Amino acid sequence: MRSHRIMLASVAAIVLAGAAVRAQSPYGIGRPATPAEIAGWNIDIGRDGSNLPPGSGSVSHGREVYQQQCASCHGTDGEGAVGDRLVGGQGTLATAKPVRTVGSYWPYAPTLFDYIRRAMPQNAPQSLNDGDVYAVSAYILNLNGLLPADAILDAKTLAEIKMPNRGMFVDDPRPDVHKPVCTMRC
Amino acid sequence: MATPDDTNAAGAGPTRRHVLRSGALVGGSVLASGLAGTQARAATDENLPPNVPEWTRTPGAPTGSPLYGTPSPFETHVVKNISTSLPQYLSAASRTPLQDLDGIITPNGLFYERHHGGVPAIDPAQHRLMLHGLVERPLIFTMDDLRRFPSESRIHFLECSGNPGYKKPYGKTASDLVGLVSCAEWTGVSLKLVLQEAGLQPGAKWVVAEGADAAVMTRSIPIEKCLDDAMLVYSQNGERLRPQQGYPLRLLLPGFEGNMNVKWLRRLHVTAEPVYSREETSKYTDLMPDGTAREFTFFMETKSIITRPSGGQRLTDQGFHEISGLAWSGRGRIKRVEVSVDDGKSWQDAQLQDPVLTRALTRFRFPWRWDGQPALIQSRAVDETGYVQPSLAELLAVRGDNSGYHNNAIWPWRIDADGEVSNALA
Repeated sequence: MRSHRIMLASVAAIVLAGAAVRAQSPYGIGRPATPAEIAGWNIDIGRDGSNLPPGSGSVSHGREVYQQQCASCHGTDGEGAVGDRLVGGQGTLATAKPVRTVGSYWPYAPTLFDYIRRAMPQNAPQSLNDGDVYAVSAYILNLNGLLPADAILDAKTLAEIKMPNRGMFVDDPRPDVHKPVCTMRC
Repeated sequence: MATPDDTNAAGAGPTRRHVLRSGALVGGSVLASGLAGTQARAATDENLPPNVPEWTRTPGAPTGSPLYGTPSPFETHVVKNISTSLPQYLSAASRTPLQDLDGIITPNGLFYERHHGGVPAIDPAQHRLMLHGLVERPLIFTMDDLRRFPSESRIHFLECSGNPGYKKPYGKTASDLVGLVSCAEWTGVSLKLVLQEAGLQPGAKWVVAEGADAAVMTRSIPIEKCLDDAMLVYSQNGERLRPQQGYPLRLLLPGFEGNMNVKWLRRLHVTAEPVYSREETSKYTDLMPDGTAREFTFFMETKSIITRPSGGQRLTDQGFHEISGLAWSGRGRIKRVEVSVDDGKSWQDAQLQDPVLTRALTRFRFPWRWDGQPALIQSRAVDETGYVQPSLAELLAVRGDNSGYHNNAIWPWRIDADGEVSNALA
């Protein structure tokens, strides 16, 4: 009898909860996403390093990972090949031949971790563990003179790196090309 | 090949009939248009009047063959335009053959492509859309769920942000030059409805959209756009999206640069600020001559291009030719298109072909008589905000040529005395 009452109360609570959700959701379509499901898919890293995972990786280990996983497309020393050039180019952005690399152009270091983890290597995305992603990020930053050779990178140290080109991004000013005189019926 | 003289409408008369009967001249459709393309030519006159064509004298192919229709075997040259010598084809683009198409709707098989990690083969039964972040109720939707929402259909263009770049070499044909634009009727659900289903929290200012492809493409969309005309699209031109266009689900942001319209959409993360993904920091930013870079450059500005006659084609006849082209603006409707046939000395209004829709390709037409002399033809568009399409020189003066993006320049075609059409700025 007692268990029966508890069961009835539970059913009532579920029905009420369901009604509350439906009242808030105009169409009642879809199901709740669980925290575990969200954690599995949410790989977004903020520019401040938010949502960077635990773990760490060294420049030296990163060199090994890079030679195995990255060098065939990006060159032995990050000079680029089929894949983008990753190294150098500082001081070239305002010239006729700008060289856009991680070191010369990217404004935020945590983005490097985000991108390598989500999309690299191109033939096997999301196959590296977090430690290897930290390590290869460290190595690329080291190649660009932004991290010492003996450094170990983790969430805190990655977020602290100030990229050289960080202050050079501006808002969209368009429309920026105006006809001097509008000679038409406009 | 016909020369302007022997096909001149004014004096054709008996001479023209004689030539046709002798079978020495090119096919009828070419004569009618006076524009040499790649149409199949009749080898003989056995199918021409007064003879009865062979396809009239025998029954045709059975009904329903094939079960999914394909173009005529005489149109097999009308295909997507992609270089045969790219270093790799996972992150690459193919172009719409604009000069071979009419109207404003791009056939699904000819819609331009830009992928960053190849084209995934997604089972829709196993595809999910996750909506989380600054929402009251994080939700997961199946494709069946999304199709239960009220649907809407709208016609909009999509254009790659770099169409074309600012540096030479410039393309030879309209497709080479600006073939990274296409237009379709899209069907799906308003993103606003889906966001309301989860309930936005205060402070929700951006939505980070992510693809399920191998590039896991990621772009941040301002909430204002998401609550305005953004759509979650599952169908294109009446049928389900093609894999190349994001099957089974893509984001559509009318008027915004192509890469933001994330294909194979699997996740929407509602946030307080942009995620500053690789694509919106190191890639789709516009580098200026002073070394600064414009970020979050969303809108595709007003643009137009003459598609007929255009580069790679040839006028075979003096006399009447309709100049035809496309105009579009990411900021609204096309209000006006002008055409110049005298190297920009004078401009005249083109006729806008209905329908003229917001953030859609708009077809324009302009009647013209070619006198057989060299000519330089070009179009310029004005949208409903009053913005006038600029010249390449005007754009370069402000932006330099280091940015590969948002080049919406007026583009002239040169017609030489032989009727050959080529890129006047190349």
